[in-house]
Amino acid sequence: MHVPRDDWPHLQNFPMTATIAKYAKVFNVGAQNTFVYRWNFILRSVFGIVPLIGTIFLWKAMFGSGGAVLSGYTFSQLILYFAMSIFVENLVTPTEDEWQIAGEIRDGKMSFLLLKPVNYLIYRFTLYASYRLLYTAVLLPGIALIFFFLRAHMTLPLHMGTWILFALGTSMAALIQFFIAYSIAMLAFWILEISTVVFMVFSIEYFLSGQIFPIDMLPAWLGGFVKWSPFPYEMYFPVQIFMERVSGEKLATGLAIQAFWVLAMWLLAVGLWRRGIRRYQAVGN
Amino acid sequence: MSRYFAIFQLTARNSLIREMSFKLNFLLWILVELLWFVGQLAFIEVLYGQVHDIAGWTKWQVVALVGVHQIIAQLFQAFFYLNLTALPELVRTGRLDLMLTLPMDAQFAVSTRQVAFDCIINSFVGVGIVTFALVKLGTVPNAAQFALFALAVPFGVAVHYAVMFGLSCISFWFIRAQSFIHGYFNLFHIGRYPEAVFRGAFRFIFTWLVPIILVSNVPAKILTRPLESPLTSLGMLALATVIVLAATRTIWKLGLRRYGSASS
Repeated sequence: MHVPRDDWPHLQNFPMTATIAKYAKVFNVGAQNTFVYRWNFILRSVFGIVPLIGTIFLWKAMFGSGGAVLSGYTFSQLILYFAMSIFVENLVTPTEDEWQIAGEIRDGKMSFLLLKPVNYLIYRFTLYASYRLLYTAVLLPGIALIFFFLRAHMTLPLHMGTWILFALGTSMAALIQFFIAYSIAMLAFWILEISTVVFMVFSIEYFLSGQIFPIDMLPAWLGGFVKWSPFPYEMYFPVQIFMERVSGEKLATGLAIQAFWVLAMWLLAVGLWRRGIRRYQAVGN
Repeated sequence: MSRYFAIFQLTARNSLIREMSFKLNFLLWILVELLWFVGQLAFIEVLYGQVHDIAGWTKWQVVALVGVHQIIAQLFQAFFYLNLTALPELVRTGRLDLMLTLPMDAQFAVSTRQVAFDCIINSFVGVGIVTFALVKLGTVPNAAQFALFALAVPFGVAVHYAVMFGLSCISFWFIRAQSFIHGYFNLFHIGRYPEAVFRGAFRFIFTWLVPIILVSNVPAKILTRPLESPLTSLGMLALATVIVLAATRTIWKLGLRRYGSASS
């Protein structure tokens, strides 16, 4: 059997526009599938507000006994941090992708997909992007409402350039999150049940991406360690950019580490795919 | 009643046999929970690195609270969680029909199909943490406190059950609504915080309508803060549990009526 590669030779003869049109179609299908699940979104956003309110109460009590500034955050800054985290998290965190990919591998649907003139990674990324964008669009009224309620604590970036850097940081965060999810899903080529791995990585991401507290609140020795891991760059770092809490050399270093992890996770994703697909075909024969 | 107990014994036995045939998976799930729990403790460490108390709660009182939450949540997950997450799929595929024809209460049938033994082990981790916190606090609860605590835990498990059951019944109305699982975790996220931090309408809603705040706080207070009228809070928890169980039983009945009319 013909061994499919990431770089499909016959695809390179396609004009660029046809390629874009093809993935635009995939994007569209993804968006329509997502819309079917709109009740999921609405339920999820309604319940998502509860931990945010709980967090605000907890930190109000913290500031009540700790003073006006904790670890360099005022109460308002901390609320802005959590509100922005929710926004970035909803925008970039894959929710169904790893399960769907693993399902396609396990159920043998991959054989069908391999026959299509698409690059599987780009195909999945297009679906992921359409899920995330539509999901955020549906949630936007809710998020806007939260920001409106908390408007006394909300401050926008002072510099115009911050918006661009924030967009850059968030895009790279999305790539890291997607490649990690994709790589985990690739394990389905070797093991039957990936959920334990998914939840193990998820629990580490939950704490070290800054969902539950800002990473700079960690003790210095631990924080210095975590800084080099990919996790803070999945959410915490873009929010720091938005809040203009990183600048100059620290910002440049942060972006460089983030770019490194994008590259590393991409290589991991591609490498696991190549090995996995080789194994998949060996089993199929 | 004894028939239900016999059925449950059989279910538990079958679950144990099944789990033991996937030993690695069984161990990995325990590891997942441990990671999660270590994260919780790290969070408390971060909080108390900055303050001495949160709304009057000291560090080890909060550790005890998180340990109690662990015990209750894991017991719930051991006996009910997997069964309740499976309910929407039963509704969607129509396999619920089979449950309805069984000669026993259908709510019992869908709620007790399997037992997750790894979660029972995880609840012992919670017991260990609570014990450690009590040692750190230097308090030895008396027999009455332990008795009240032992009474409060089943009520807590019942509240977890009722909330999750109510959420999974949403699937009678909205087929594609798997988000209720996130709903459960989002709601109980606040159950690990000291009740003293909550105020106003939020406090009222999550004390009386969906009694999440009481679930872990009441037993934790019985053990570590015995001066705060343990009998009254246990009474509150009991009352709130009865209300929420009755409410979800009603939702289930309404859902079944809808289910019946949908397939005919």
